[in-house]
Amino acid sequence: MDVIVENLPMYLDGVRVTLLICLYAAVLALVLGTLMASFRVSPLPPLRGAGASWVTIFRNCPLTVVLFFMAFGLPEIGLNGSYFWFGTVGLALYTSAFVCEALRSGINAVPAGQAEAARAVGLDFSQTLSLVVLPQAVRTVIPPLGNVYIAMIKNSAIVGAFGVGGDLFAVGTTLTSARGEAALPVLTGVVIGYLIITIPAGLLLGVVERKVAIAR
Amino acid sequence: MRIRRTQWVIALAASLTMVLTACGGGENQLDSGGNEVQVNQDAQFPEGSTMARVQSDGITIGTKFDQPLFGLKGLDDKPQGFDVEIAKIIAGKMGIQPDQIEWVETPSATREEVIEQGKVDMVVATYTINDERAERISFAGPYYEAGQDLMVKADNQTITGPDSLRASGARVCTVSGSTPAEEIRKYVDPANLVLFDVYSKCADALRTGQVDAVTTDNVILLGLVEKSNGEFKLLEKPFTEEPYGVGIKKGDTQFCEFIHQSLTEAAEEGSYAKAWEATAGTVSEQTPELPQFGPCR
Repeated sequence: MDVIVENLPMYLDGVRVTLLICLYAAVLALVLGTLMASFRVSPLPPLRGAGASWVTIFRNCPLTVVLFFMAFGLPEIGLNGSYFWFGTVGLALYTSAFVCEALRSGINAVPAGQAEAARAVGLDFSQTLSLVVLPQAVRTVIPPLGNVYIAMIKNSAIVGAFGVGGDLFAVGTTLTSARGEAALPVLTGVVIGYLIITIPAGLLLGVVERKVAIAR
Repeated sequence: MRIRRTQWVIALAASLTMVLTACGGGENQLDSGGNEVQVNQDAQFPEGSTMARVQSDGITIGTKFDQPLFGLKGLDDKPQGFDVEIAKIIAGKMGIQPDQIEWVETPSATREEVIEQGKVDMVVATYTINDERAERISFAGPYYEAGQDLMVKADNQTITGPDSLRASGARVCTVSGSTPAEEIRKYVDPANLVLFDVYSKCADALRTGQVDAVTTDNVILLGLVEKSNGEFKLLEKPFTEEPYGVGIKKGDTQFCEFIHQSLTEAAEEGSYAKAWEATAGTVSEQTPELPQFGPCR
């Protein structure tokens, strides 16, 4: 286990890069996912179609393929950027489809009477959604949303294969193949690194769930 | 109906011709890869030596089948490249015709094993001589000195060598976990280092301008330059040393000395230079000198 201690700065840097990718991607995925979920339940057919297409595309494409299109497709049409952002946005697009579906299941769980009552007091669609339905929906979907985000943190290991350097998994690759360290202790360190991110995230979600959960 | 059938026949004939001519073109290319080797018909060797054994039993040679310009197996099932030519020269000195050689694919991971187990008589496969490997097998040579180099776009003037990378803020691509990836860290900031799992992705990133240079051993880059249709060029200024040797059974000094003698003769006769010019020389302008041999151990 000496290898972990000796390369601690490298590991910490890997945790930092992974955490950064996940933070940006989580925020972006939440924004996009919420937008798409509201599209999917909107009364306008074109918006519903757009939301459904979004989910169909990104939920059914392997993440590797999404990232491949980001890293190699965008430069092909002249959009050059840093691989860090290609990777982060790709991860966010992919995750947003799952966030959208989790939210939609929450929206469906809100009794129809709530929306009808909101309409009855004169709220329009966006007000109904943002003031009455979504707040209740979000509180019911904290556990599935948590799963989506923990899966996203683990999925972030794939961005290393698309030019994003220095993330936690890439640290493992560098130590094993280039510096010739034994794989088992190195990857044990990588696992610990991911657990350092995911376990607190899980605990935090538990706390949030207890605070906001609604008994129905 | 009749007209349409005629059109079909014409179209079929046309496409068939195109396929055939395409094949023909390929064959020509392949022909240029294999130059004539002198075969020493009346070579005599002391009894019990490896040379005498392969003379009567035939020779099996390990090389790579996926290393363009050094050892690449084409559709005709025969590997081609500089490594292959070197192997043919050595075999020729033992009186073995090129088409009598049995080729075996030896990727990097299995090279020591096949030699130790006697599955091949020698390995010529971009095989860098180093101390760890020399503990398990013996090396003859080196017959070529490779080195880490940089590949840039053909019109790039700002990148002239590894030292110019940091100054120009160039982004450099290589394969993650490789030795070149570690070496290049001396010359670029971590933020400007892009790592992929295979070199073809680096080449693509260079083409679209996502990175400014690709670095690894010059022999790999030569293969990429060849495939780029003139879009990329090699700087031809290697900054590390990767001496390529012929791997043989541990302690077979007799065979090692014979290989040294064969290579020296090949250099004098010009067949060494010819082997280069027919293969890697089609991309690289510099024909290498035969390097100084190491001791036979």
